[in-house]
Amino acid sequence: MQALSELIDQAASEIDAATDLAALDAVRVSYLGKKGELTARLKSLSQLSAEERPAAGQAINRAKQAVQARLNARREALEAAALEAKLASDAVDVTLPGRGTSIGGHHPVTRARLRIEKIFRNAGFGIRTGPEIEDDFHNFTALNIPENHPARAMHDTFYFPGGMLLRTHTSPVQIRSIAAEGVPIRIVVPGRVYRCDSDQTHTPMFHQVEGLVIDENISFANLKAVLHQFVEAFFERKAELRFRPSYFPFTEPSAEVDVSWGEGKWLEILGCGMVHPNVLESAGVDSERYTGYAFGIGIERLAMLRYGVTDLRTFFENDLRFLQQFR
Amino acid sequence: MKIVESWLREWVDPELETEALGHQLTMLGHEVDGIEVEGEGIADVIVAEVVDVARHPDADRLSVCKVSDGGGELIDVVCGAPNVAKGMKSPLAKPGVRLPNGLKLRKAKIRGVVSNGMLCSAIELGLGDESDGIISLPTDATVGSALVDFLALPDAVFDLDLTPNRGDCFSVLGIARDLAAMTGAPLKDTQVQPAPTAIEDTHPVELIEPDGCPRFAGRVIRGIDPGAKSPIWMTERLRRAGLRAISPIVDITNYVMLELGQPLHAYDQALLQGPIRPRLAKPGEKVTLLDEKDVELNDDTLIITDDRGPIGIAGMMGGLSTAVSDNTTDVFFEAAFWPPDFMAGRARAYGMHTDASLRFERGVDPEGQGRAVERATELLLDFAGGKAGPLVVTSADEFLPKRNVISLRKSHVTRLLGVEIDDHEIGAILQGLEVTIEPVAGGWNVTPPSHRFDIEIEADLIEEVARIHGYDSIPETTAFAQAPLETVTETRIDFEQAAATLIARDYQEVVTYSFIDAESNTTFTGIESELVLSNPISSEMSVMRASLWPGMVAAAAANAARQQDRVRIFEASKSFHGSLGEHTEVERIAGLVTGPVVPDQWASKPQNADFFDIKADVEALLLLAAEASELSFSATTHPALQSGQAAEIRRGEAVIGVLGKLHPSLAKRYDLKRDVYVFEIDAEKALASRAPSAAPISKFPAIRRDIAVIVNDSVSADELLTAVASSAPELIRDVRIFDIYRGAGIEAGRKSVAISLILQETSRTLTDDDADAAMAAAVSKLADKFAAELRD
Repeated sequence: MQALSELIDQAASEIDAATDLAALDAVRVSYLGKKGELTARLKSLSQLSAEERPAAGQAINRAKQAVQARLNARREALEAAALEAKLASDAVDVTLPGRGTSIGGHHPVTRARLRIEKIFRNAGFGIRTGPEIEDDFHNFTALNIPENHPARAMHDTFYFPGGMLLRTHTSPVQIRSIAAEGVPIRIVVPGRVYRCDSDQTHTPMFHQVEGLVIDENISFANLKAVLHQFVEAFFERKAELRFRPSYFPFTEPSAEVDVSWGEGKWLEILGCGMVHPNVLESAGVDSERYTGYAFGIGIERLAMLRYGVTDLRTFFENDLRFLQQFR
Repeated sequence: MKIVESWLREWVDPELETEALGHQLTMLGHEVDGIEVEGEGIADVIVAEVVDVARHPDADRLSVCKVSDGGGELIDVVCGAPNVAKGMKSPLAKPGVRLPNGLKLRKAKIRGVVSNGMLCSAIELGLGDESDGIISLPTDATVGSALVDFLALPDAVFDLDLTPNRGDCFSVLGIARDLAAMTGAPLKDTQVQPAPTAIEDTHPVELIEPDGCPRFAGRVIRGIDPGAKSPIWMTERLRRAGLRAISPIVDITNYVMLELGQPLHAYDQALLQGPIRPRLAKPGEKVTLLDEKDVELNDDTLIITDDRGPIGIAGMMGGLSTAVSDNTTDVFFEAAFWPPDFMAGRARAYGMHTDASLRFERGVDPEGQGRAVERATELLLDFAGGKAGPLVVTSADEFLPKRNVISLRKSHVTRLLGVEIDDHEIGAILQGLEVTIEPVAGGWNVTPPSHRFDIEIEADLIEEVARIHGYDSIPETTAFAQAPLETVTETRIDFEQAAATLIARDYQEVVTYSFIDAESNTTFTGIESELVLSNPISSEMSVMRASLWPGMVAAAAANAARQQDRVRIFEASKSFHGSLGEHTEVERIAGLVTGPVVPDQWASKPQNADFFDIKADVEALLLLAAEASELSFSATTHPALQSGQAAEIRRGEAVIGVLGKLHPSLAKRYDLKRDVYVFEIDAEKALASRAPSAAPISKFPAIRRDIAVIVNDSVSADELLTAVASSAPELIRDVRIFDIYRGAGIEAGRKSVAISLILQETSRTLTDDDADAAMAAAVSKLADKFAAELRD
């Protein structure tokens, strides 16, 4: 009779030679099946004496365990290989684009507007809007621009028959907001504005953000600080600002603000000032007690500087090839 | 307004280079738009005298000149100018000199005659863009000296963008005053020496309406030389300031206006008939102006009259009938004060913005009329001789502008500017601006000077203090109003969130104009706009849009024309409705889709977007704010849409929008080749929202049951789903259509609709019996309502 150790070796080599699960199972049956060699050995134990039986039985059981372990290991290896092969046939070209669609984007003016709104919102400003078809009172008179004032000529106003007009700035919303909510107030007002002017650097419609802060003891120094911080936040860099005396009927003192832009160059970016006492009074605010500042930012102007747009008119041509650069 | 540097420095001469001077002007609030330097690059051009002129032997239009440059020998110069004459002094550029236009002179033979230089015109020297030949210099120019020395060149011209509140700065004097206040450099004495009177002649002036003309200064000057010429120093200054030389009298009125800010008018005194009487025009009166235009006058217009009627519009333009001419020997100078209230808007009404109207509208110094006439007299006597009568200033003092005392409180200066400025400095600044100040407790009582029309209240004075102190010197201090925190509302989906949904679905935002052409507006909405601009830029931009579609369709068409066949755009902005006085502005979100659903790609066959693609986008947008059960779509007709593919969108009962296929005839009109689908919703109604309110989630399993029913084609999906959902509302959580079939096995005109129901209870597990009962109820409801048959 063959020695158990030889039998184990023989089984091991047959197990290793099996290349698929069916062949492996045949090997298992030939050793561990009902008629398998090791099964037969176990059965033959009854022929041994009672003294010999325990030792021989243990030896056979160990042999069975060894063969079983070898079988398990081989099965796992074969199964892993089979899965690997199956998955290999599932491979895709990962460089092909995804199924479905692409993504849209905001108009660059909106993109800049949202950015401006966010900066001021973070500083605690509220966002307000107002009508675009305005009356003369809110667009001019309440803002200290009486009829026939030379400043009206600066505005190139679109009129409707009967005197209504398209607002020339977002400033009327100052008056409406103070009337609605009183002071102290801290708001910005984005929106479309209109001027009867159309050439390379003017479009008859454009966008502004008006800012208004009124409380006791609000000063020009506060105005300078907020605008400096705003400009640096918007452009995400340190910036030098220049406040120049200027004139707006609704502010006093008034200033135009330039930002340094390369070698000794200043670019005008916005107008601002301390709210004129006449404006406060016409909105029902005690100008002896309250002071405030206001500013008006041209959104297109900032968008051009921020995004390197050189021709204002492209904003309103809606060429998708242009617009898709800003998503 | 152009300010000539040499002229300005005659009045105030701070120790600043040209650039720095310009910067100072900008920081004073007189923004320098540009600095042009005249007379650069002509340093080597000299004054020469034409000693002899002879015809060129071979060219009719050329002369051969003997020219003296002050040296011993005469120089031969060939000259083509028609005005060259013996004895004339003119600029000469000799060989080796390079002119501003790049021409380098060399000794040359011109048609066989040697020329050793060139006599120059103004254009050749870069001195203006007009010339009628070579420059004729006055006889007192020193031959051989540099031309630039004689003409005070180079000279810078500041182009100032003056603000409308500073009428006083539309003059050399006005700018000089501000500059003196800022720099501390002394200002030239503003008083002019009275001209000696040689005759007693005056011309009567009657202020019959003194509120409109409270001051009128006049003077008669007789016997001037009608052939006199303006000196080149003056015509050069006028030219640099942007005015053409015309005649000594006219040049002088212009010169004094530019220098002192007071517009003047000169009459031919011999043509005046009777006293001068300024008054408001009567309706229908007419006048012929200097520019030979006949003007019919409005009754709000101040005019100047004599016995024959109107002889000029006050502060705007003089009349032709009394104008000076080449034959004028007797002159009457007028310098009047026309109050800004009587001037405002008049120039615009007549479309006649003149140098005079510009100044009077903004306010000229009511104390400056006599000074201006004295200055003009001085110049005229100097250039053209003549004998001056006495200066007569007629005034109605009670109608002259008053300068009220303004109280300036130190505490308010500090409060408004956010920085404390020393009392001494404030006093000095105000005095530098010729303001009269009187110190009082806590501040000053201040009286502004007569030339300032923009200082009326305390804030105006604080601005002056800040301006001269320097905006740069005010610190930055962070402080915001003590306004309460802003609420962040959940009662409306905001624009950003709505836009994000569309952007994620591949829509590009566009911005189109709020005004469009009237016809498109009517075509797209079926309503003729009543919101029509009086003064549109063009008819293409003349009415306020009632829909965002016309602009968007035009944008799509423009892109299609640029080979963009796939267009998916949206716009969020206002539309305008109703009539003037009762109009409404509605925030809208509109979208447009044309071309393939997805960009061309490997994974799917190209397929053009259809109704249900855009409907899905609209639903995604609406579901941001609304419950699906609130929304309904119903077939509608719309002037811009193809019927059968147009739907009205409702939220509850309210119509919140419309979507559909753009009518093919409209698409064709815009040259859009593929089907175009559009939607437009009322943002306020559609995006009104509320904070979510949580309901308990059932722990018990749901049961799905499917049924298929055959119904008439005319039965809509919405009707079927509503009927099923209402058949057992307490059990049915969701109802969907998952298939629609027409064809073999189904009668023509009918369709099979497969519906799935999700059934669930929150308090117990449903049994099959429960589900069977619910299904039976649904089937019987469908059978009752739509004669639906259950399909096997």
